[in-house]
Amino acid sequence: MAGPVLEMRSIVKTFPGVKALSDVTLTVRQGEVHAICGENGAGKSTLMKVLSGVHPHGTYEGEILFEGEVCEFKDIRASEARGIVIIHQELALVPYLSLAENIFLGNEHASRGLIDWRETLRHASELLRRVGLSEHPETRVADIGVGKQQLVEIAKALSKKVKLLILDEPTAALNDEDSGKLLDLILELKKQGITSIIISHKLNEIRKVADSVTIIRDGKTIETLDVKSAETTEDRIISGMVGRDLDHRFPERTAYEGESDAAPALEIRDWTVHHPIDQQRKVVDDVSIHVRRGEIVGIAGLMGAGRTELAMSVFGRSYGRHAAGTVLKDGKEIRTKSVAEAVDHGIAYVTEDRKHYGLNLIDTINRNISLSALNKVARRGVVDEHEERQVAEGFRKSMNIKAPTVFEPVGKLSGGNQQKVVLSKWIFAGPEVLILDEPTRGIDVGAKYEIYTVIDQLAAQGKAVVFISSELPELLGMCDRIYTMAAGRLTGEFSRAEASQESLMRQMTKDKEVTR
Amino acid sequence: MSTDVTAKTPAPAPPGKSGSASGENLLQLMLDGLRRNMRQYGMLIALGLIVALFAVWTDGDLLLPRNVSNLVLQNSYVLILAIGMMLVIIAGHIDLSVGSVTAFVGAFAAVLTVQHDVAWPLAVVLCLVVGAGAGAAQGFLIAYLGIPSFIVTLAGMLVFRGFTEILLEGQTLGPFPGGLQKIGNGFLPETGPETNYHNITLLLGLALIVFVVLQEVRDRKRQQEFSLDVLPRNIFLLKLVSIVAAILVVTMLLASYKGAPIVLLILGGLVVGYGYLMRNSIFGRHIYAIGGNLPAAKLSGVKDKKVTFLVFLNMGALAALAGLAIAARLNAASPKAGLNYELEAIASAFIGGASMSGGVGTVLGAIIGGLVLGVLNNGMNLLSVGSDWQQVIKGLALLAAVGFDVWNKRKSGS
Repeated sequence: MAGPVLEMRSIVKTFPGVKALSDVTLTVRQGEVHAICGENGAGKSTLMKVLSGVHPHGTYEGEILFEGEVCEFKDIRASEARGIVIIHQELALVPYLSLAENIFLGNEHASRGLIDWRETLRHASELLRRVGLSEHPETRVADIGVGKQQLVEIAKALSKKVKLLILDEPTAALNDEDSGKLLDLILELKKQGITSIIISHKLNEIRKVADSVTIIRDGKTIETLDVKSAETTEDRIISGMVGRDLDHRFPERTAYEGESDAAPALEIRDWTVHHPIDQQRKVVDDVSIHVRRGEIVGIAGLMGAGRTELAMSVFGRSYGRHAAGTVLKDGKEIRTKSVAEAVDHGIAYVTEDRKHYGLNLIDTINRNISLSALNKVARRGVVDEHEERQVAEGFRKSMNIKAPTVFEPVGKLSGGNQQKVVLSKWIFAGPEVLILDEPTRGIDVGAKYEIYTVIDQLAAQGKAVVFISSELPELLGMCDRIYTMAAGRLTGEFSRAEASQESLMRQMTKDKEVTR
Repeated sequence: MSTDVTAKTPAPAPPGKSGSASGENLLQLMLDGLRRNMRQYGMLIALGLIVALFAVWTDGDLLLPRNVSNLVLQNSYVLILAIGMMLVIIAGHIDLSVGSVTAFVGAFAAVLTVQHDVAWPLAVVLCLVVGAGAGAAQGFLIAYLGIPSFIVTLAGMLVFRGFTEILLEGQTLGPFPGGLQKIGNGFLPETGPETNYHNITLLLGLALIVFVVLQEVRDRKRQQEFSLDVLPRNIFLLKLVSIVAAILVVTMLLASYKGAPIVLLILGGLVVGYGYLMRNSIFGRHIYAIGGNLPAAKLSGVKDKKVTFLVFLNMGALAALAGLAIAARLNAASPKAGLNYELEAIASAFIGGASMSGGVGTVLGAIIGGLVLGVLNNGMNLLSVGSDWQQVIKGLALLAAVGFDVWNKRKSGS
């Protein structure tokens, strides 16, 4: 067996207030495909950013040895010069430039500032052939599919004389056929002597291409396993990914005292949504869920499972194309084709991305809170500023939003306080169904507890709550029922008693073939 | 949506004692307010400095009643346009067509009244409708078809300038009937006893003072009703006194010449009306929301397309009003009327605190920005500075104002 090509020793990386990596050790052997596995937020991407110089030397602790030499990369260029190339989840291609121009962007075949087109095109077609693309190098990137774009990224990496190729969830945005091609290519490159690190949480993929797998959890290396060995079962990987103590605390649930045999507050039947650009791809595939008054229902899933897409497409068709299916409110079919209609039917969607979709960061707390229900503080189209301010003051106190006044711009608040403003905004709208998408992402433990308490109160008041989260302990601690999704499909439904981290994770990592 | 559910949820804890905040807290509040509105206070101070400088350089000519009256008449159209432009820029767009639309509406007015003897009140109404139509057409393309506003209004700038020349056949057309002329350079009529001052203007000034004082007092009472913190009594009085003094000075200056120009009354009405609209109406809030963060506004149920459409329709109507005022003042419609006015209006909005990325700005800011440019114009004219250097100086003023803002923001780390 070949010796190690890469060793990362005791890597520690701290961001203000958060320890993203607390002790990670990774050893990758020459010529292997090494998978890295872990929950969302476990530190996989951060680790790869440390390796590739996105987080330069000096901003982390620990040692990196590549080909036996200590490396201190100060930026991406330095790591690329050594042959380490990372391909990020979001593709970094310029859509309106040709394949050839993209492949050699920043690395052009040129003399004295003038591009040598003959050499550029010749070399580009050679690289494209190597990754299995027959497109002409002058085709625009925008004119080929996402799957092929991923291959162009690899061609770009090859042009940099890559020795270690890092792929961060390369198949997350691809359909089955394109995923298959990509995985085959990784195996092909392995034969040519290129070592790969692949970040993935699809266990069948890991089984197909990887030689070994390292499991990371909460910023620590748990173990490295040989994929081919008999001991390495899916169960072992899953328990490694989730096996954390339940160190979060959850407030005591107050039961909702109301009839529960009535029709569900919200029911979604046979919901299917297509990707907004790649319209062949189903992002949500025939999903049916329901939630009753006073109930908190979780939706568990990994990145790309289609949870946010499901919620946003139901909420006024805010995502995707050709959404099809039925939405019922209290047993009656309703139209939710615009956000205003959804809000009028008493549905609220609290986004996972509060900075882009939730808040007007340059505006004040009071104006953000009132925005979705201005008519409640207005008479005949005129906003009563004093009443608005009083409402906002009420939320500042009851939600414990830490700000000197409600006239503070929301952009200056911490993540937890911003989240409280978004929640206040939607509670003020007075919905009967709240869809909360990752309501505790990126906020500290104390603020989390406060938000859990608010969610409990909402359910106790008889509101129906849909709770989307990537943190399994949170779902297990908060929800009455939990659905799991994987690759756009519903893969399971668990009562509170049945659910465990292992059982959920098994359904979350299921792929299509397995489901059928 | 049911209201009762909401009312319970936040359960606003009754804040123990109402009334004035404690001293330290208050100082902090005032400093915060000052810092937040740095741009506007900064521009107000800059405007004061410019006025003072030119008053000294022109040996007081700048502040002669006749000149103040002139200043208002000369700049009213740009100020009217700046109000509409502020709305457009807050919504995250731009309108390059307003100069051409003003010229087009002026030409249309001339064709109606001079060539076809249409009664002037009817002509005014028709002109406003045509202007709003021009704005609506562009607004439709921008809001519903998603063509960038820069492109649509650049096209509009050419199209409406072309239509102007077609309507006028390249000639200047005039004069206008008396009633219409009044809009551009008329004053309130003189009546009552001989007082050396213009009586109606004085009365209007006094009425305005009474109105403002009543409004402020009522507002304070309402705040106390909602148990919100209010300004301490003596600071509140100081605020009232400064507002009253400012109104008095302008009133006396105008009243000692020919009285208040009619266009000033129109402009005053617009400032108050649009200020109120932007601050207190749902429509105004929605404009800020779509300019500040469009995806978030959409997900909050704001009908972004309709709002954008209406903002451009409104801009067209205001451009028509400005067009009437220019035509009336020159007493003729000219193919070259309103040339570069869109740039003056845009500059006014940016000097007055608008942001390139939208979501920020006030109507009052646009007026302050417009006045900075107006006083620079007027003062340099009095000093007989050539139009070549005037352009250089106005350009640098715009650069300095926005540059200061950028520097100030970077310093405060936001």
